[in-house]
Amino acid sequence: MARYLAGRIAGLVVILFLICLFTYLIFFKLSPDPALMICGKTCTPDRVAQIRSVLGLDQPLTEQFWNFLSGLFAGRDYGSGANLVHCSAPCFGYSFQTSQSVWEMILDRLPVSVTVAVGAAVLWLIVGIAAGLLSAVKEGTWWDRTAMGLALGGSSIPNYVLALALQYVLVVRLQVLPFPAAVPFSDDPVAWFQSYLMPWIVLATGYACLYARLTRANVIDTLAENFMRTARSKGLRPALLLRRHALRPALTPITTIFGMDFAALLGGALITETVFGLNGVGKMAADSIAKNDQPVIMAVTLLAAFFVVVGNVVVDLVYTGLDPRVRVR
Amino acid sequence: MTTAAPSRDATAGPEAGAGTAPATEGRRIARALLRDRGAVAGMAFLALVVLMAICAPLISAVTGHGPNEFDPTAIDTNLGGLPRGSFGGISAEHLLGVEPQNGRDVLARIAYGARVSFLIAASATVLTTLLGVVFGMLAGFYGGWIDQVISRVMDFLMAFPALIFMIAILSSLPAGNRSVLLVVVISGFGWPYLARVVRGQTLTLVNREFVEAARASGASTRALVFKEILPNLRSSLIVMTTLAVPGYIGTEAGLSFLGVGVTPPTPSWGQMISSSVGWYAVDPMYFAVPGLFLFLTVLSLTVLGDRIRAATDAGEAS
Amino acid sequence: MSELLAVEDLTITFPTGRGPVDVVKDVSFTVGRNETVGIVGESGSGKSMTSLAVMGLLPRGAVTRGSIRLDGVELLGRGEGEMRRVRGEQASMIFQDPLSSLNPYYTVGLQIEEMYRAHRRCGRQEARKVAVEALAQVGIPEPERRAGHYPHQFSGGQRQRVMIAMALVCSPKLLIADEPTTALDVTVQAQILRLLADLQRETGTGMVFVTHDLAVISSIATRVLVMRRGEQVEYGTAEQVFAEPRHAYTRMLLESIPRIDDELPADEVTS
Repeated sequence: MARYLAGRIAGLVVILFLICLFTYLIFFKLSPDPALMICGKTCTPDRVAQIRSVLGLDQPLTEQFWNFLSGLFAGRDYGSGANLVHCSAPCFGYSFQTSQSVWEMILDRLPVSVTVAVGAAVLWLIVGIAAGLLSAVKEGTWWDRTAMGLALGGSSIPNYVLALALQYVLVVRLQVLPFPAAVPFSDDPVAWFQSYLMPWIVLATGYACLYARLTRANVIDTLAENFMRTARSKGLRPALLLRRHALRPALTPITTIFGMDFAALLGGALITETVFGLNGVGKMAADSIAKNDQPVIMAVTLLAAFFVVVGNVVVDLVYTGLDPRVRVR
Repeated sequence: MTTAAPSRDATAGPEAGAGTAPATEGRRIARALLRDRGAVAGMAFLALVVLMAICAPLISAVTGHGPNEFDPTAIDTNLGGLPRGSFGGISAEHLLGVEPQNGRDVLARIAYGARVSFLIAASATVLTTLLGVVFGMLAGFYGGWIDQVISRVMDFLMAFPALIFMIAILSSLPAGNRSVLLVVVISGFGWPYLARVVRGQTLTLVNREFVEAARASGASTRALVFKEILPNLRSSLIVMTTLAVPGYIGTEAGLSFLGVGVTPPTPSWGQMISSSVGWYAVDPMYFAVPGLFLFLTVLSLTVLGDRIRAATDAGEAS
Repeated sequence: MSELLAVEDLTITFPTGRGPVDVVKDVSFTVGRNETVGIVGESGSGKSMTSLAVMGLLPRGAVTRGSIRLDGVELLGRGEGEMRRVRGEQASMIFQDPLSSLNPYYTVGLQIEEMYRAHRRCGRQEARKVAVEALAQVGIPEPERRAGHYPHQFSGGQRQRVMIAMALVCSPKLLIADEPTTALDVTVQAQILRLLADLQRETGTGMVFVTHDLAVISSIATRVLVMRRGEQVEYGTAEQVFAEPRHAYTRMLLESIPRIDDELPADEVTS
């Protein structure tokens, strides 16, 4: 077990390193010179050179990459003498736009993204699994066909279209919800809930439809298993039959998929946050991309990759706990 | 139990089996699709959109409105450029209404936008399938270090936060030809999902008796790949590609929506929806029309893919 | 003497795309207390459907006619709730593939306990004790420790022993064994057959033994029912059927059993 874990973590480190390298090369080498961008319109060659030296852009590429990497773990200093700025670990540098510490920007916005992700996940798990389960048990009935038709339709709506349609219907026409605005929970819990409701629904719809179809398929497959016949031959109560014998085998694979989906969302729901103007990591990514704010883009990409890769390992570990057959003996 | 094509022995001649099986299989799937109301409706809608895309210049010629022609008479400058008339300015002159502020004809823009969306999605599908099949088969067929390298690259690509990365790459790369760039980026992140399945299936096929028999009888690698393995991957490839197309259409529209896809003035559905964001409260038709086209296109493709999969599964089960 | 199980004119019909199809037609047989009856036939002969009908476990859509009486009580036409109390308590069943027949997610101990607790009022502790005893009875070594193991941690023969322990944990009057040895090695087959015969003698359970293999039946059954394409072609005591089969199909089945005296000298084979 310990060896397996060590192996997985080593693989994780390698992948993250490669992603770091790849992202670094693309964002800092392929894109326009950041020094020119920071410098702005009233720029002199001296000024550019100065900025380049402060950012360390005058050093060889390997040196720059090393500085970036070590900055992540040990922090780094920018400039020298009186202009020296220390950026403590994990150092993602400073925004070209606002000169804020990128790490602090992320810490500021992460709670919003986590709120969006958690709320949506709760919603889609409940709706998706319940609908799928009911469809499986009532396979072939009117309910099953309707629910699965809706699921197919729901998974085909691009979320920005759904977002606009929802806003139009709920806010403009029916006026049951206020215009979306970020309200902190501590200020007004009701308004907070209302402000997150639409993002949750929009984000959850596609996933709920997908999970409903997955759950239905898995439960139907499980109900056809030999061990279900055995369980019925034992005279178990139908509730126990479904809860114990059918659900666990049917839902265990879904845990894996859920882990991956959720991990990907923690890195920011880019489109949903942008459409609703929620100040999460996703919107930050979109904004920084629009303004070519490379340190921020870089940090957001790395953060998202980190969540995905770590999520992968966590999912594997959870799966080993859930399925006795893959437990390391 | 009667297993069909795969278990036929090599001495019977692969040509015989490969020649007859696909025709009947294809016909059976086509029959199953024609019996399904959802699939027929989907195909009809897709046919309509494809027709619109192909005939886009014709539509413009008939209605007299190009995709980028401003029509100041169709909008009301006193109301901040809102289309005149109800429902986003739908009239005999403009069948699907006009855009606010500039009065461009929505029908023409939808038709030209369909060209862009379909072309990008189709090219991305072709490129993704090509990459997925080649790398998946290489990994599955040769195994060893080739498999190791390809599998690690796939792990790496799949661990990437694809959307953020696509946006970032598209925004940092110099302008150039956006459409080609979109295709390359979508395929670059899309192929591992296909390759993973192809690799797994190739791996099991390589060890099946009929491939071993063909190998033992001295068949060349090329013959093995093209006559034994590829035909057996066909049905899962069809299913996976049809299910992937709506994803690519959605991705293209999403990227254009975020402003890193097709650049104006070239119209694209995602871009149209994106520019309607500020208007949704006062001119809902502005986002409803392209939104509906996008939704119905994705839905049609999804339903079609779903039904094709059901039909192939039923074929394999019998 | 009243029979334990009396099946009379049992007919099972399935709706298909081409109209209803009888998978079992007018089958009648009885099983006495403490007796083993073998049902023999090829796959598709309807033998498994017959045994599933007794348990009330036929797939959805199946229509049954005739009569199935267990200990004098009619089972056909009973509701699912009533059948549930029959299953496990009065009649239980073991299946062909013990690996897929046990739920891979739960320990064998729990799977035996839940069956006991479905029919007896008792706590987990007591049920666990019963489960461990049941495992010991079927010859699983270290039953206390093994009760905490999962199905995949057992060998094929041991898994079938677990299934048998589970089936007998409520001391049912009738045990239906559907091809219980088919998936096992020959040596293990013999062990399982001996175990079933021993347990039957000890507990006095009536047994229906379903198989495609006449050789297996000969060592365990007192009466034999031969089925083909849903119809009963031969029914009688084992001696009768083996000594003077009346139906050509039975003779064919009998001839296909490999015997020691079949091994002819090499020169006779070539001539």
